[in-house]
Amino acid sequence: MEEIYKELAAIVGERYVSNQPEEKFIYSRDPGTMEPSDPDFVVMPNSTEEVQQILLLANRKSLPVVPMGGGLVLSGLTRPLKGGIVVDMKRMNRIIEVNEKSRYAIVEAGTSQGMLQAYLKKHHPNLKHSVPDAPPIATVGGNVLIHGSGHLSHAAGFHSEMLNGMEVVLPTGEIARLGSCSTSPYWFSRAPLPDLVGLFLGWAGTTGIATKLAIKLFPNRALNDVAVFVVEDAELAPDIIHRITGVGLAEDVTAWMTPKPDWAEGFVHININYSADSKDELAWKKNLLRAPLKKYMDEKIGGFMMLPAPMKKPFLEAPASQLTRFADTRKGGGFEYVGAIMPVALFPRAHQVGLEIAERCGTTYSTGARILGAGHCMMFFYAYPFNRADASDVKRAQVALEETNRAALEMGGIPWKAEAPAQKEIIKRMDENTFDLMNRIRGILDPNRIMNPGNWEAD
Amino acid sequence: MHELKYDEAVCEKCESVDCLVKCRYMGLDLKSAKEERLRLIRGESSRALKDCITCYACEEYCPHGNHPFYLLVDRQEQSGIWPVPIPLTKQQIKMMAPKGRITREKVHPPVLNMCYFPMLKGCIQGKLFDGVSTIVGSDIFCNIMWLHFAKNSTIRERLPQMIDNIWQYYLKDSGTDELICYHDECYGTYTQLAPAFDIDVPFKSIHLFEFLTKRLEELKDQVRPLGMKVAYQRPCSNRLVPDTQRWVDEIFKRIGVHRVDREYDRENALCCGGVLRLQQRDDLADDLVNRNLNDMLAAGANVCVFNCPACFFTMGQAAAERGLMPILMSDLCRAALGEKLTGVF
Repeated sequence: MEEIYKELAAIVGERYVSNQPEEKFIYSRDPGTMEPSDPDFVVMPNSTEEVQQILLLANRKSLPVVPMGGGLVLSGLTRPLKGGIVVDMKRMNRIIEVNEKSRYAIVEAGTSQGMLQAYLKKHHPNLKHSVPDAPPIATVGGNVLIHGSGHLSHAAGFHSEMLNGMEVVLPTGEIARLGSCSTSPYWFSRAPLPDLVGLFLGWAGTTGIATKLAIKLFPNRALNDVAVFVVEDAELAPDIIHRITGVGLAEDVTAWMTPKPDWAEGFVHININYSADSKDELAWKKNLLRAPLKKYMDEKIGGFMMLPAPMKKPFLEAPASQLTRFADTRKGGGFEYVGAIMPVALFPRAHQVGLEIAERCGTTYSTGARILGAGHCMMFFYAYPFNRADASDVKRAQVALEETNRAALEMGGIPWKAEAPAQKEIIKRMDENTFDLMNRIRGILDPNRIMNPGNWEAD
Repeated sequence: MHELKYDEAVCEKCESVDCLVKCRYMGLDLKSAKEERLRLIRGESSRALKDCITCYACEEYCPHGNHPFYLLVDRQEQSGIWPVPIPLTKQQIKMMAPKGRITREKVHPPVLNMCYFPMLKGCIQGKLFDGVSTIVGSDIFCNIMWLHFAKNSTIRERLPQMIDNIWQYYLKDSGTDELICYHDECYGTYTQLAPAFDIDVPFKSIHLFEFLTKRLEELKDQVRPLGMKVAYQRPCSNRLVPDTQRWVDEIFKRIGVHRVDREYDRENALCCGGVLRLQQRDDLADDLVNRNLNDMLAAGANVCVFNCPACFFTMGQAAAERGLMPILMSDLCRAALGEKLTGVF
């Protein structure tokens, strides 16, 4: 092992490799409920070539490799289940290019959401990217690769759908460019070429290490507003969402249901965020977004909250800081959620399941959804904060999460960024040939099975 | 319990039916107003129940002090009419519920009641409020806002407890039976609504404007006339206590501002539009905001003065965007005393 340490140090420099207990402790876990699992080494490469050298070394030594961005996935995907090397990408955080006219940015995989947001604000104030509701240290690349979503997901879908192309180091060390950048100096699109990008999306780091990504940018309009529609009956939510998304003018549509604060208990709140370049345009959009909900207002069974400017502020933040506060309601630094991707029509059932599980497990319910595309599907979330210092609280959250994953699958949804045990549950329901194809692809890309072993594996 | 003091006979005999004829929103002539009045008296379905924007003005218009607005709200509730969508009404009722967090506290007079507007406590500073104790919180919330929601039942249920809380927790042992009300709603509640519903109030309410006038008199040597042209946005709750309008003129005179002569002022005031947004009538709300601001600007005002925090929230930003400085009355007085305003919100 000492020899491997020296070889890693030779690749990335002495300062950026560690096999010390404190680093191993930190990199063995994330803020979720999954049991920790120690790495043997942690490295922080500074270039694609260094990543390549690490992978070549790992292949020679048959050492597992686990790529990591911000380490905030919460479902334990960056825990090195079989030990080996955690490759922390945070040093590779350069913003390589912003193409103003074609509205895309090329970033290194360790670039954080906060860095890109700040960079665009300073240098390209007319552009923005879709920001997930994660702490600003979450990486742009990590969120794209797990099929994340964010504040422009109604307008443009999953963050993986906003990916124009990428540079990736294959498990066997080859560097490949995917998308238009494979053929052109411009990173403008995945079409019209055979789309190989999907080989690295949703695979939990089992097929290679992304080193550069080109993501779509969008107009950053001067005026932003939010409307919050409230109903009591969750059965109405699919139709309301259908009506709102049918207008096609919102940037983000999210729903939230929580018993805290007290006044929120028992209601479904649907936030509609939109923006405009002028007051007239904003008013026009507001009216168009309200119009399809008139039926509910006339029947008095739904209505828009009156939100004075100070109350709107938290709803206009990207990322939403309120979520960070909610994540720590139990204190002790533990937070995990099931985000299940499913059709919007399942909203009422998904919510009901959340209430039942929370009651059974003695936890506080907090559910919600982010609508993806024009209501094509949603990420329905069940959040479970817990006190990491309280073992029984951790266990309670763990049980609730497991139950929720199962329930999501049973109703026809699919857990997003699923924990390793949940991946096994997904595989049980997956078409056999699909799973076989996944394994054949992995066999080709990663013959020594060094990439994040323990993930996407059947029992 | 807490029956409304309303006399059907007086209402029936009324020839002018000012409560409905003068309504600025329903557009009823005398003949149709008389018909709607009869329906209201009989507890029948009436256009007035659905069209009322709940601006309180008919309480002021009634020449007999017979509480037509409170009757109308009672009738709305009895008829199951929800001016505000049901989920929003229920949510507001939860939001504004007493939290039971009140603790007995010895306050010293003068005691200023900030109702349930903790965000406005920042206004209570400087020479104008020197030595003043403030009380605030959900457990002393006046609850008059339920008039906008057809929920007199909530007023009847909660108000007596709020009054008792103010008395028991603050005033009783503090050597005063006087309570200064920052908001017109509270003053209107304790001096006009509570008696109308036969609810006892063991303390004497003082309107903020009376207090400000007295303080400005005491500090008159320090007042620097502001020389501004101001428009005043009269709040709906002031309809319950129209006599207090004289204090507005008095205060403006003392601080050297000119109240512009505009159409939508005094008895002719127009709603700020806030409640209409809750009622999901945004078109009308936008129209009212525009009419108010156009009127202020046409009359030459460069400042828009509010006393109601809800009006301030509703119209403040739009006023500022149109070049009218939005300001609360108390802050305007502080400015006249040369105090630097740091912003409330």
